[in-house]
Amino acid sequence: MRDALGSVASVLVLGGSSDIGVATAAELVSRGAKRVVLAGRPSGRLDDAASGLRAGAEVTVVPFDADDVASHAATVGRAFEGGDIDVVVVAFGALGDQEAAERDPAVAVALALTNYVGALSALTVTARLLRDQGHGAIVVLSSVAGERVRRSNYVYGSTKAGLDGFCQGLAAALVGSGVRLLVVRPGFVRTKMTAGLAAPPLSTTPEAVATAAADALVAGRGVIWVPAAFRYVMTVLRHLPTPVFRKLPF
Amino acid sequence: MADDACAGSEGPPVGSRRLELTGWGLTAPTAADVVEVRLAAEVDAALRRPHRRGIVARGLGRSYGDAAQNAGGVILDLTGLAGFRWFDPATGIVVLDAGVSLGDLLSWSVPRGWFVPVSPGTRHVTVGGAVAADIHGKNHHIDGSFCDHVPWFELHLPGGETRTVSADTEPEVFWATAGGMGLTGVITTVALSMLAIDSAFMRVDTERAVDLDDCMARMEAGDHRYRYSVAWIDLMARGRSMGRSVLTRGDHAVADRLPAPQRADPWRYRPDAVASAPPWMPTGALNRLSIGAFNELWFRKAPARHIGGIESIPAFFHPLDLLRGWNRIYGRRGFVQYQFVVPFGAEAAVTEAVEQLAAARCPSFLAVLKRFGAGHGMLSFPSPGWTLALDLPAALPGLGRLFARLDKIVLDVGGRLYLAKDSRMTAHMLEATYPGLGDWLEVRGKLDPTGQLRSDLGRRLGLSA
Repeated sequence: MRDALGSVASVLVLGGSSDIGVATAAELVSRGAKRVVLAGRPSGRLDDAASGLRAGAEVTVVPFDADDVASHAATVGRAFEGGDIDVVVVAFGALGDQEAAERDPAVAVALALTNYVGALSALTVTARLLRDQGHGAIVVLSSVAGERVRRSNYVYGSTKAGLDGFCQGLAAALVGSGVRLLVVRPGFVRTKMTAGLAAPPLSTTPEAVATAAADALVAGRGVIWVPAAFRYVMTVLRHLPTPVFRKLPF
Repeated sequence: MADDACAGSEGPPVGSRRLELTGWGLTAPTAADVVEVRLAAEVDAALRRPHRRGIVARGLGRSYGDAAQNAGGVILDLTGLAGFRWFDPATGIVVLDAGVSLGDLLSWSVPRGWFVPVSPGTRHVTVGGAVAADIHGKNHHIDGSFCDHVPWFELHLPGGETRTVSADTEPEVFWATAGGMGLTGVITTVALSMLAIDSAFMRVDTERAVDLDDCMARMEAGDHRYRYSVAWIDLMARGRSMGRSVLTRGDHAVADRLPAPQRADPWRYRPDAVASAPPWMPTGALNRLSIGAFNELWFRKAPARHIGGIESIPAFFHPLDLLRGWNRIYGRRGFVQYQFVVPFGAEAAVTEAVEQLAAARCPSFLAVLKRFGAGHGMLSFPSPGWTLALDLPAALPGLGRLFARLDKIVLDVGGRLYLAKDSRMTAHMLEATYPGLGDWLEVRGKLDPTGQLRSDLGRRLGLSA
C-alpha cells in the first residue's frame, strides 16, 4: 500500500529491460519499495536488470510481449499474482527507423503495434486490474515527440501522440477509482534506444526521468515533462505557425 | 431470497456504491464498495459471505490515516446504525448502536446531567470507532481510556456469529477488540458508563510555561489535582523559549459555585460549529510565516496564570469542531498527524523530539502534550508516560526523513505510535513497539480464521491480508 507520504511497496515494469523503466523501479526501491516485478521478453538484458535490482528488493521476472496483445490479459494478470501492485510503469516502446517506415508500411505498422496498440492493450488490462484492487498508480512513458509531430520522426511521434491522447482519456475515466495515471513526456533521453544518435539540447538521462517521475507520483501530478523546461518549450512549439515550425532545424 | 440476491463473493454487494475514501488527513485515497447499514442484520448478511478483498466497518472517518479504508473491498458505513437503545439513570449506563456519534450522545446527555467518560478532541467520532481505537482524552491519567468504561459490546464475526463481549466473560476478545482497529469483528452495540456532572460548564486553570522543562515540571507536580489536563506547545518557538506552552487543566464545574451569568442557566450546551474551512486551500498557504504568527498570537493571548476560569464544554473539549472541515486547511495533499507515547523517565526523548521539530522549522500548529496512565488493550495506544501529538502538512519537503528521526527517538526508549493517527508507520515499527501484537494476532486468528476483516491500515502494517 502507498502510505500518506507517497512511499510505495511494490512496482511492476511492463517493458522490464527498458532503461527508463528499470531506472524508475530502482528509484522507487531507493525510496522504500520492497518488491519489483519485471515483465518483458526473456533476454540477457532483462536478467541483468533483475539482478541489478535484487540488492534492494525482491525481484521476479515474468514473460511479457507487448506485440502479442492477445496474451496481455494472462501475462499482466500473472504479474499481479504475487500480491497488490502499487505502481505500474508502462515503459516498453521502440524508436523505429523513420526512413524505412516511410518506404515500407509494414515497418510503420510494426512500430504502431508496439508503441500504440500494444500500450493501449496493456493499459486497458492494467487499468482493470488496478480498479479491482481499488488503488495504485500507472506511469506511462510518452514523449515530447508526440506533442507536435515533426518531419524527422513522424511515425514514432504519431504513435506517442496516440498513446498520450489515450492516456488523457484513461486518466479521466479513472477518477474516483483509487487509481491515478501519470503521463511522463521526456525529451531526448540517452538510452540504448537512442544509442548512436546525436543528443540535442535539453537531452536527459533515464535516472533524471526516474527521479522526476517518482517525485510526481508523490505530488500526485498528472503530466510532467523531463526536463521540466520542456513544458514551456512545447507550449511555444505547439503555437508556432506551420511554415515556421517546419523550418526549425530538428 | 433477498439474501441470495445480495450477490456472492464475485460482484460488489447489492446496494453498494464504489467510493474513493481517505481518512481525516486526506492522504492516500483508495476505492471500496460502500454499504450503508441501517440494521444490525445487514452487518450479519454482509459478514456471512466471503469478499474477495475483505470487509471492514467505517464510522465518521476521523481516523487520520487508512484505518477505515479497504481498497477494492467492502466498507460497512455504520453511521446510519445510530439508535439509542437503553439508559439506566441509577448506574449511568447507556446502550447505543455503534454508529451513534459522541456529539449526538452529548446533545442528549449533557442537559440530563451526564457526560461521556472519555472525550477525544472532537465530538465527531462514533462509539464503535471509539472502542475500535480505544480512544483517550485529557483525563487518561485519572480515568483511563474509552474501553475502561465499556461494560460490554456486541461483536459480529465473519460467518454470521454475534457475541456479547465483556472484559469479565471474554477478556481476550474484549481487549483484542479494544484498540483492534475493527479487525476482530464489527461492533454494532456499545454499553457505556456515563459520568454524572453537576453543570454543563468547566472550571479551568490556565498557566503559561516558558519552556518545555517548565511545562513538564508543572504537569508532574499538579496533574493529579485535575481530572482533565493538557498542554499546548508552540513547536515553532526556538532557543530559550523552545517548548513554550499553555497548560489548561480543569474539572466539571459545580452548578452552585458558577458565577451569576452561568448559574442562571447551568445546563446551557451549544455545540455548533461557527464557521467552515474553505472548500479548497492552495497547498502551502499555511507556511512558517502564517502558522508562526498564529502560534505567537495564541501564546500571547493566554493569561500567564488564571485560576478558576469558566469555559463551555465545546470550548474546553472540542475547540477544533468550531471550524467545520478544518482538515482541508492544509491543502490538496492533506496532512499527517504524528502521535507518540514514551514512558515516564524518558522525558529526554520528548525534549529531543521537540528539538528536532523546532530545528526543522516545521510549519506546525500547536502540539498537544499530556500524561497517560496505564492501558489495557493488546493494541491500545496508551501506556504510562508522556504523549505528544502534532500535525504537519503531507507536502512538506523532507517530512519522511524527519518522521524517521522521530521514529528512532520513540523506538529507542520503548515508546510507540497511535494507530488511529498513523498513516505512514512500517510493519517493522509496529512489531517492535506493540508487545501485545502476538496475542492480538492469535485472538484475531480465532475470531476471523479466513482473514475476512481487512483494511488498508491492516495491509500496510501486516495486521490483515
